Amino acid sequence: MTAWHIVLLASIACAAIKLIGYAVPPAVLEKPAPARIANLLTVALLSALIAVQTLGQAATIVLDARVPALLVAALLFALRVPFIVVVIAAAAVAAAIRAFV
Amino acid sequence: MARSEAERAAVRAGIAVGVATGAYGISFGALSVAAGLDFWQTVVLSSVMFTGGSQFALVGVLASGGLAAGPAAIASAVLLGSRNALYSIRMSPIIGSGLLRRIAAAWITIDESTAVATAQTEPRAQRLGFWVTGLAVFVGWNAMTAVGALIGDQLGDVRQYGLDAAAAAAFLGLLWPRLREVQPIAVAVGAAVVATVLTPVVPSGLPVLAAALVAVLVGAFNWFSRPAETLRAAASADARAGNRDTAAGTAAEAPDSSGSAESDTDRSIATGAGHAGEEDR
Repeated sequence: MTAWHIVLLASIACAAIKLIGYAVPPAVLEKPAPARIANLLTVALLSALIAVQTLGQAATIVLDARVPALLVAALLFALRVPFIVVVIAAAAVAAAIRAFV
Repeated sequence: MARSEAERAAVRAGIAVGVATGAYGISFGALSVAAGLDFWQTVVLSSVMFTGGSQFALVGVLASGGLAAGPAAIASAVLLGSRNALYSIRMSPIIGSGLLRRIAAAWITIDESTAVATAQTEPRAQRLGFWVTGLAVFVGWNAMTAVGALIGDQLGDVRQYGLDAAAAAAFLGLLWPRLREVQPIAVAVGAAVVATVLTPVVPSGLPVLAAALVAVLVGAFNWFSRPAETLRAAASADARAGNRDTAAGTAAEAPDSSGSAESDTDRSIATGAGHAGEEDR
């Protein structure tokens, strides 16, 4: 599988998913189970991605500057600080720890 | 063609969201190049895939697992992008008929455009908010992604700038507004534990996919769901909390107070879009 295969397959699939939504009748959303699973799927994937992105290093688990950066981000989100500010702050915390500690 | 105050508000919200997400596109471009993709591959991701969460997921898996992790990277991106189908279903009656129009709408159906649209109360303002936001984000996101991909090579190690932590924080920003009930919190904790425990054991990319099974199990059996009584109380609390949110999140919850089973389901979808809204990238 080349990088182009991966990029094109994933891009076309993601675009197709959006189109599918316009082809199905809106009544689908009234069935609780599929809507519930779809919403929880987003939650599970985001949470798993956060865990891997924060703790993973190739095939190992490490604690480094990303952990305090994420804790700062969580605190700022709890304080309802705008998204873009939080993302920049998290990057700054990780960069500062790596530069000075 | 005089626009109503509601329509002007929708346009303002859309443009503001577009500018904010553009600023964030630089980090995607830089991370994508750092993960081993070239400039044009990065451009294709932002223009064709055009859903920030999936794009970050794809390059994140490729960064740790290389091309061998391709299938897992694709699966992660597609599964995370599946929420866009829910947004499409929701936007479908607002967009109206016409094949070309619906294809164009599908292209720009993302967290942000759905959030701004569903936050409006008038149908015309909803439609306008959707198109303005989708186009503003598309232009800003693609332009800044290209800038990030171009300067990415000169940046050196992206970790030096904390861009890896920025990606984690961005995912957290998408997740945060969804954690208002026991069930999603349980799923989030379970998924994080599964992904962390599996990381040293299975190939890169698979821990995230395995964690998705937590959602399927909990959702199918409806574990950790609270009794309707509590849910209704939480729903109105959510609506109040939502009103303190950003402009786009404001009206999304307004019709929720009825509290029937259907509208609860509906509400959680609107809430997901409404809050995750300006935050996809």
